[in-house]
Amino acid sequence: MNKEDEKIQSLLKQVMPPLERELDRDLWPHMLRQLEARVLTVPWFDWALVALLVVALLMSPHTIPVLLYHL
Amino acid sequence: MAVLEQQSDLLQQFALGDLAAFETLFRQHQADVYRWSVRIVRDPAAAEDLTIETFWRIYRAHARFDFTRSFGAWARRVATNAALDHLKTARPEVALIQDFPARDAADAAVRRDIRERTQQAFRRLPAKLQVVATLALIEEQPYKEIADALGISIGAVKLRVFRATRQLRKNLKQLGVEP
Repeated sequence: MNKEDEKIQSLLKQVMPPLERELDRDLWPHMLRQLEARVLTVPWFDWALVALLVVALLMSPHTIPVLLYHL
Repeated sequence: MAVLEQQSDLLQQFALGDLAAFETLFRQHQADVYRWSVRIVRDPAAAEDLTIETFWRIYRAHARFDFTRSFGAWARRVATNAALDHLKTARPEVALIQDFPARDAADAAVRRDIRERTQQAFRRLPAKLQVVATLALIEEQPYKEIADALGISIGAVKLRVFRATRQLRKNLKQLGVEP
Protein backbone atom coordinates (compact mmCIF):
# COMPACT_ATOMS: atom_id res chain seq x y z
CA MET A 1 0.00 0.00 0.00
CA ASN A 2 1.48 3.35 -1.06
CA LYS A 3 1.38 6.66 0.84
CA GLU A 4 -1.73 7.88 -1.01
CA ASP A 5 -3.61 4.69 -0.16
CA GLU A 6 -2.53 4.94 3.45
CA LYS A 7 -3.92 8.49 3.59
CA ILE A 8 -7.25 7.27 2.25
CA GLN A 9 -7.30 4.45 4.79
CA SER A 10 -6.48 6.87 7.58
CA LEU A 11 -9.28 9.25 6.48
CA LEU A 12 -11.74 6.38 6.31
CA LYS A 13 -10.82 5.17 9.78
CA GLN A 14 -11.25 8.69 11.13
CA VAL A 15 -14.66 9.15 9.55
CA MET A 16 -15.83 5.58 10.13
CA PRO A 17 -13.91 4.15 13.08
CA PRO A 18 -13.81 0.35 13.51
CA LEU A 19 -16.92 -0.97 15.25
CA GLU A 20 -16.56 -3.50 18.05
CA ARG A 21 -20.20 -3.88 19.00
CA GLU A 22 -21.54 -6.89 20.93
CA LEU A 23 -25.03 -8.32 20.75
CA ASP A 24 -26.78 -7.29 23.96
CA ARG A 25 -29.85 -9.53 23.79
CA ASP A 26 -30.87 -13.00 22.77
CA LEU A 27 -32.44 -12.91 19.31
CA TRP A 28 -33.92 -16.42 19.46
CA PRO A 29 -37.48 -15.33 20.42
CA HIS A 30 -37.42 -12.93 17.45
CA MET A 31 -36.06 -15.69 15.21
CA LEU A 32 -38.80 -18.04 16.31
CA ARG A 33 -41.48 -15.46 15.49
CA GLN A 34 -39.91 -14.95 12.07
CA LEU A 35 -39.80 -18.69 11.44
CA GLU A 36 -43.48 -19.05 12.30
CA ALA A 37 -44.46 -16.05 10.20
CA ARG A 38 -42.39 -16.97 7.17
CA VAL A 39 -43.25 -20.66 7.19
CA LEU A 40 -46.95 -19.76 7.08
CA THR A 41 -46.48 -17.26 4.26
CA VAL A 42 -46.86 -18.68 0.77
CA PRO A 43 -44.84 -16.66 -1.78
CA TRP A 44 -46.85 -14.90 -4.49
CA PHE A 45 -45.23 -16.89 -7.28
CA ASP A 46 -46.45 -20.12 -5.67
CA TRP A 47 -50.00 -18.76 -5.87
CA ALA A 48 -49.34 -17.72 -9.46
CA LEU A 49 -48.18 -21.26 -10.28
CA VAL A 50 -51.30 -22.74 -8.69
CA ALA A 51 -53.49 -20.32 -10.64
CA LEU A 52 -51.66 -21.20 -13.84
CA LEU A 53 -52.15 -24.90 -13.18
CA VAL A 54 -55.87 -24.47 -12.49
CA VAL A 55 -56.32 -22.45 -15.69
CA ALA A 56 -54.37 -25.05 -17.69
CA LEU A 57 -56.50 -27.87 -16.26
CA LEU A 58 -59.73 -26.01 -17.01
CA MET A 59 -58.63 -25.39 -20.58
CA SER A 60 -57.60 -28.96 -21.20
CA PRO A 61 -59.40 -31.27 -18.74
CA HIS A 62 -58.12 -34.39 -20.52
CA THR A 63 -54.72 -33.75 -18.85
CA ILE A 64 -56.20 -34.26 -15.35
CA PRO A 65 -55.75 -38.08 -15.36
CA VAL A 66 -52.20 -37.62 -16.64
CA LEU A 67 -51.46 -35.18 -13.82
CA LEU A 68 -53.04 -37.48 -11.22
CA TYR A 69 -51.00 -40.39 -12.57
CA HIS A 70 -47.78 -38.43 -12.06
CA LEU A 71 -48.63 -37.27 -8.54
CA MET B 1 -13.51 -36.11 21.80
CA ALA B 2 -17.01 -36.38 23.28
CA VAL B 3 -17.54 -32.67 22.64
CA LEU B 4 -16.54 -33.07 19.00
CA GLU B 5 -18.92 -35.99 18.60
CA GLN B 6 -21.69 -33.99 20.23
CA GLN B 7 -21.09 -31.11 17.84
CA SER B 8 -21.04 -33.47 14.87
CA ASP B 9 -24.35 -35.00 16.00
CA LEU B 10 -25.78 -31.52 16.40
CA LEU B 11 -24.78 -30.54 12.86
CA GLN B 12 -26.20 -33.79 11.51
CA GLN B 13 -29.48 -33.16 13.31
CA PHE B 14 -29.57 -29.64 11.94
CA ALA B 15 -28.94 -30.88 8.39
CA LEU B 16 -31.93 -33.18 8.85
CA GLY B 17 -34.08 -30.18 9.75
CA ASP B 18 -34.26 -30.56 13.53
CA LEU B 19 -35.50 -27.28 15.07
CA ALA B 20 -33.90 -27.92 18.48
CA ALA B 21 -30.50 -28.40 16.81
CA PHE B 22 -31.06 -25.19 14.87
CA GLU B 23 -31.88 -23.36 18.11
CA THR B 24 -28.66 -24.60 19.72
CA LEU B 25 -26.62 -23.51 16.70
CA PHE B 26 -28.43 -20.17 16.64
CA ARG B 27 -27.56 -19.53 20.27
CA GLN B 28 -23.95 -20.59 19.72
CA HIS B 29 -23.39 -18.39 16.67
CA GLN B 30 -25.78 -15.42 16.89
CA ALA B 31 -23.19 -13.17 18.58
CA ASP B 32 -20.53 -13.93 15.95
CA VAL B 33 -22.93 -13.35 13.09
CA TYR B 34 -24.11 -10.08 14.65
CA ARG B 35 -20.54 -8.86 15.25
CA TRP B 36 -19.61 -9.63 11.65
CA SER B 37 -22.76 -8.01 10.23
CA VAL B 38 -22.40 -4.84 12.28
CA ARG B 39 -18.84 -4.44 11.05
CA ILE B 40 -20.04 -4.50 7.47
CA VAL B 41 -23.24 -2.44 7.65
CA ARG B 42 -22.18 -0.24 10.61
CA ASP B 43 -25.74 -0.02 11.90
CA PRO B 44 -26.62 -2.00 15.07
CA ALA B 45 -30.36 -2.20 14.33
CA ALA B 46 -29.80 -3.33 10.76
CA ALA B 47 -27.23 -5.86 12.01
CA GLU B 48 -29.86 -7.43 14.29
CA ASP B 49 -32.25 -7.77 11.36
CA LEU B 50 -29.44 -9.19 9.25
CA THR B 51 -28.62 -11.75 11.94
CA ILE B 52 -32.22 -12.97 11.74
CA GLU B 53 -32.13 -12.90 7.94
CA THR B 54 -28.86 -14.84 7.93
CA PHE B 55 -30.26 -17.59 10.14
CA TRP B 56 -33.46 -17.68 8.12
CA ARG B 57 -31.37 -18.33 4.99
CA ILE B 58 -29.39 -20.94 6.92
CA TYR B 59 -32.56 -22.64 8.11
CA ARG B 60 -33.99 -22.73 4.60
CA ALA B 61 -30.77 -24.27 3.26
CA HIS B 62 -30.31 -26.83 6.05
CA ALA B 63 -30.60 -29.78 3.66
CA ARG B 64 -27.67 -28.47 1.60
CA PHE B 65 -25.40 -28.09 4.64
CA ASP B 66 -22.34 -30.33 4.61
CA PHE B 67 -22.04 -31.27 8.29
CA THR B 68 -18.39 -32.27 7.91
CA ARG B 69 -17.54 -28.58 7.37
CA SER B 70 -17.53 -25.62 9.73
CA PHE B 71 -20.94 -24.18 10.58
CA GLY B 72 -19.34 -20.91 11.73
CA ALA B 73 -17.58 -20.34 8.41
CA TRP B 74 -20.78 -21.11 6.50
CA ALA B 75 -22.79 -18.77 8.71
CA ARG B 76 -20.27 -16.00 8.15
CA ARG B 77 -20.47 -16.44 4.40
CA VAL B 78 -24.27 -16.33 4.47
CA ALA B 79 -24.09 -13.24 6.72
CA THR B 80 -21.75 -11.52 4.28
CA ASN B 81 -24.13 -12.17 1.39
CA ALA B 82 -27.08 -10.89 3.44
CA ALA B 83 -25.12 -7.75 4.35
CA LEU B 84 -24.16 -7.27 0.71
CA ASP B 85 -27.83 -7.44 -0.31
CA HIS B 86 -28.66 -4.95 2.45
CA LEU B 87 -26.00 -2.49 1.23
CA LYS B 88 -27.37 -2.70 -2.31
CA THR B 89 -30.77 -1.47 -1.16
CA ALA B 90 -30.07 0.58 1.99
CA ARG B 91 -30.31 4.36 2.04
CA PRO B 92 -26.75 5.54 2.55
CA GLU B 93 -27.17 8.54 4.82
CA VAL B 94 -28.84 6.68 7.68
CA ALA B 95 -26.14 4.23 8.69
CA LEU B 96 -23.02 6.26 9.21
CA ILE B 97 -24.25 9.50 10.62
CA GLN B 98 -23.22 8.89 14.23
CA ASP B 99 -19.75 7.56 13.56
CA PHE B 100 -17.72 10.68 13.86
CA PRO B 101 -18.79 12.99 16.70
CA ALA B 102 -17.13 16.38 16.62
CA ARG B 103 -14.91 16.77 19.67
CA ASP B 104 -14.03 20.37 19.14
CA ALA B 105 -16.86 22.86 18.67
CA ALA B 106 -14.61 25.31 16.77
CA ASP B 107 -14.01 23.08 13.76
CA ALA B 108 -17.20 21.07 14.06
CA ALA B 109 -18.60 22.40 10.81
CA VAL B 110 -15.45 21.58 8.86
CA ARG B 111 -15.27 18.11 10.38
CA ARG B 112 -18.92 17.50 9.62
CA ASP B 113 -18.43 18.62 6.05
CA ILE B 114 -15.42 16.32 5.51
CA ARG B 115 -17.24 13.47 7.22
CA GLU B 116 -20.30 13.86 5.03
CA ARG B 117 -18.32 14.12 1.82
CA THR B 118 -16.16 11.12 2.72
CA GLN B 119 -19.23 9.04 3.58
CA GLN B 120 -20.82 10.13 0.33
CA ALA B 121 -17.70 9.12 -1.59
CA PHE B 122 -17.65 5.78 0.22
CA ARG B 123 -21.32 5.08 -0.45
CA ARG B 124 -20.81 5.72 -4.14
CA LEU B 125 -18.70 2.58 -4.27
CA PRO B 126 -20.46 -0.55 -5.54
CA ALA B 127 -21.69 -2.69 -2.61
CA LYS B 128 -19.13 -5.45 -3.14
CA LEU B 129 -16.29 -2.90 -3.02
CA GLN B 130 -17.83 -1.28 0.08
CA VAL B 131 -17.79 -4.63 1.88
CA VAL B 132 -14.17 -5.32 1.05
CA ALA B 133 -13.09 -1.75 1.84
CA THR B 134 -14.87 -1.83 5.19
CA LEU B 135 -13.43 -5.18 6.22
CA ALA B 136 -9.90 -4.63 4.89
CA LEU B 137 -9.28 -0.91 5.36
CA ILE B 138 -11.45 0.02 8.34
CA GLU B 139 -11.81 -3.19 10.33
CA GLU B 140 -8.39 -4.49 9.20
CA GLN B 141 -9.55 -8.08 9.02
CA PRO B 142 -7.06 -10.57 7.57
CA TYR B 143 -7.44 -11.06 3.80
CA LYS B 144 -7.88 -14.80 4.36
CA GLU B 145 -10.95 -14.21 6.54
CA ILE B 146 -12.42 -11.76 4.04
CA ALA B 147 -11.79 -14.21 1.21
CA ASP B 148 -13.50 -17.04 3.11
CA ALA B 149 -16.47 -14.86 4.00
CA LEU B 150 -16.95 -13.76 0.40
CA GLY B 151 -16.15 -17.12 -1.15
CA ILE B 152 -13.39 -15.64 -3.33
CA SER B 153 -9.59 -15.98 -3.46
CA ILE B 154 -7.15 -13.82 -1.52
CA GLY B 155 -5.95 -12.45 -4.86
CA ALA B 156 -9.50 -11.36 -5.68
CA VAL B 157 -9.76 -9.63 -2.29
CA LYS B 158 -6.53 -7.72 -2.96
CA LEU B 159 -7.83 -6.71 -6.38
CA ARG B 160 -11.10 -5.45 -4.89
CA VAL B 161 -9.22 -3.48 -2.23
CA PHE B 162 -7.11 -1.93 -4.98
CA ARG B 163 -10.19 -1.06 -7.04
CA ALA B 164 -12.05 0.30 -4.01
CA THR B 165 -9.14 2.56 -3.06
CA ARG B 166 -8.72 3.83 -6.59
CA GLN B 167 -12.45 4.49 -6.96
CA LEU B 168 -12.62 6.13 -3.55
CA ARG B 169 -9.74 8.45 -4.40
CA LYS B 170 -11.57 9.46 -7.57
CA ASN B 171 -14.86 10.00 -5.70
CA LEU B 172 -13.15 12.06 -3.00
CA LYS B 173 -11.49 14.21 -5.62
CA GLN B 174 -14.84 14.83 -7.32
CA LEU B 175 -16.29 15.91 -3.98
CA GLY B 176 -13.35 18.18 -3.25
CA VAL B 177 -11.81 16.18 -0.40
CA GLU B 178 -8.05 15.86 -0.28
CA PRO B 179 -7.05 12.93 1.97
